Amino acid sequence: MEILLIFIAAVLTQNFVLHYFLGICPFLGVSGKSNSAFGMGIATTFVMTLAAMATWLINHFILVPFELKFLQYVSFIIVIAGLVQLVEMFVHKVFSDLYRVLGIYLPLITTNCAILGLTLFMVMRDYTFLQAVIFGLGAGAGFTLALIIMAGIREELEFSNIPDCFRGAGITLITAGILALAFMGFSGII
Amino acid sequence: MSDESSLRFEFIKGIWHENPVLRQLLGMCPTLAVTTTALNGFTMGVATSFVLFSSSIVVSLLRKVIPQQIRIPVYTIIIATFVTIADLFLAAEFPELSKALGPYVPLIVVNCIILGRQEIFSSKNPVYKSVVDALGMGSGFILTLVILGSVREILGTGSFFNIILFDNFQKWVIMALPAGAFISLGFFVALVNFVSKKQATGYK
Repeated sequence: MEILLIFIAAVLTQNFVLHYFLGICPFLGVSGKSNSAFGMGIATTFVMTLAAMATWLINHFILVPFELKFLQYVSFIIVIAGLVQLVEMFVHKVFSDLYRVLGIYLPLITTNCAILGLTLFMVMRDYTFLQAVIFGLGAGAGFTLALIIMAGIREELEFSNIPDCFRGAGITLITAGILALAFMGFSGII
Repeated sequence: MSDESSLRFEFIKGIWHENPVLRQLLGMCPTLAVTTTALNGFTMGVATSFVLFSSSIVVSLLRKVIPQQIRIPVYTIIIATFVTIADLFLAAEFPELSKALGPYVPLIVVNCIILGRQEIFSSKNPVYKSVVDALGMGSGFILTLVILGSVREILGTGSFFNIILFDNFQKWVIMALPAGAFISLGFFVALVNFVSKKQATGYK
């Protein structure tokens, strides 16, 4: 039951993008087209889940027993960078179409704050291994959901009549704000 | 261009022409997350500027030593080191502020402004120029965060730097919530676009 709650919270009520503002850069960058948004979402979810597992193991078996907690940020970011490199090679080899669509944004997953944020939340909340994995999956699913909704809205926005100075980032941010308002409605679930 | 005026240009560009948040749309996560009050915004801005400043010096000093292929991981490690310093300092000296900012202080590691400046500027320029560039970008970032934080704090809670401005203020709660962050930043970006367009047409 608790695991289900963690998952739902990460997807809806505490959505990483719309509640914690994590992963805004790819959210604004990739959400132009819905198919690349989906690919990006899946890649990020994959990295998130793997990163949650890897950093949990490192934290519990290396950093905590040897009292090296001050190395947390440095070691987490190295693990994430390594994982992203792996995913990039994998996508390049197996899904070369997707690789071309994602382009620059794939290596940028490393600096996606959602992933480091996820690992930090995981440490702060003292999750068990299973909880951490579910949290990673949920956070990724929430990120993908927000990205796809946003991509859908932005495709419509392309053809609407927006004041000049709002074009681009301005209107996207305001749309995200309205989306965040809508997601607040989910807070009654838990 | 004389040396002094080019230094002034490097400084000013961080505040206006290439403002990291409003023009380059970098570092959006902390901008949105911590600007619930002006003080939080200011603290975050200073912490980020410290990291940017220190890592710019180190990267600029080491720019001829770091191998091209592994530069990004090296920069990241340098940045992460300074973030750890800033985080421990905040936790020791200002525990309340550190608590209010939560995970967003460690998240400075992945702030794209910092990595971006190392990649674009410090790795190609001498130390004195990188320092000025870092100071300019840092000031631009602090300024943006404080303005956004002030707007959200005044509208959301009716106070400014924790000083209560109005009695019986009807709080505009949305401004203190995530949605308010997105909407006010959206308007802010639009305003800057509007002003710079006006400027551009004025010069013609």
